[in-house]
Amino acid sequence: MSLGKEFTKGIIRENPLFRLTLGLCPSLAVTTSVENGLGMGAAFSAVLLASNITIALLRKIIPDSIRIPSFIVIIATFVTLIEMIMHAFAPDLFKSLGIYIPLIVVNCVILGRAEAFASKNSLMPSIMDGLGMGLGFTLALVIISAFREILGAGTFYGIPLFGASANPALIMILPPGGFITMGIILALMNKFQHDAK
Amino acid sequence: MKDLFIIIVSAVLIHNIILSQFLGVCPFLGVSKKLSSALGMGAAVTFVMVLASTITWIIQHFVLAYYEIEYLQTIAFILVIASLVQFVEMVIRKFSPALYKSLGVYLPLITTNCAVLGVAILNVQTEYTFVEGLFNSVGNALGFTLALVLFAGIRERLELADIPASLQGLPIALITAALMSMAFLGFTGLL
Repeated sequence: MSLGKEFTKGIIRENPLFRLTLGLCPSLAVTTSVENGLGMGAAFSAVLLASNITIALLRKIIPDSIRIPSFIVIIATFVTLIEMIMHAFAPDLFKSLGIYIPLIVVNCVILGRAEAFASKNSLMPSIMDGLGMGLGFTLALVIISAFREILGAGTFYGIPLFGASANPALIMILPPGGFITMGIILALMNKFQHDAK
Repeated sequence: MKDLFIIIVSAVLIHNIILSQFLGVCPFLGVSKKLSSALGMGAAVTFVMVLASTITWIIQHFVLAYYEIEYLQTIAFILVIASLVQFVEMVIRKFSPALYKSLGVYLPLITTNCAVLGVAILNVQTEYTFVEGLFNSVGNALGFTLALVLFAGIRERLELADIPASLQGLPIALITAALMSMAFLGFTGLL
């Protein structure tokens, strides 16, 4: 498979969130504003890319029987790094994402890519896979958070859209809004796929 | 005593770990098709969550804080949880094959359950004492089981309902979860 294909598959065809429905926890919890969604996507993509590169380079050294613990340690290392970098350079974002940054460790997408792709492929395809999957996940987060922020707070990236008289549906940025948005997006994806056939 | 009661009620109902904090959504959607497996998963998570947050609390206060290496928290906690799950699996297989058979499939899944790591980190971040932390983990585990079992009960009935084709499966499950989460929002004024 060509490198370009490895890159684009993560964006639509195998989008980790919408097609494979992996990594739901952060995607429902932090998508109350586009800024948070984007920040989470960036942190996630950085960890995924770094772990994919490391695992692709080490794949012949790591013994098969202890590969899962090794992957988890590698991922946890990069999550800690990202956590410290965000704490230093983006303290506001660090605060609003809170506990969901360390929880990137247990995001099934990252471990899934490590196991299914990076441990079986060489460096370049793994980089492309990491970039594509990261971009796809970020894109999905931004779509969900755009829905929720526009409907729930009447703003987009903090910019008011409807003027002072508008009364936003607060429920969309409360927990139920996360479940509803995700449910409706998945239903729409099903519908388009169904119609395309 | 009153504080401990408040911690439990708040963890089970008001800040329900799945429906208001979105921790452990994957097993919530994955193992909620049958009531019996939901109960099994709930029991396994309760067991591991209480044990894991107890051990991680001790590690945080007597190892990481003592040597001032708190930045290793994430790595240390995930290693503790992963090895704990393996250990629990071995012990249960040795001493209670019947329990192992009923929990067996769910045990390995718990390592990547963000609820377990989440509660361990939250206990440390909120600066709970040992006993408060213990009650908080028990409350969260009960909340997890409650939400999972209620949800499985609803999903068993959804199987028989006439649902539009594109809503079948996950979409309707998520919308059901949204309605449950809305109901749990009603508990906010409880305390």
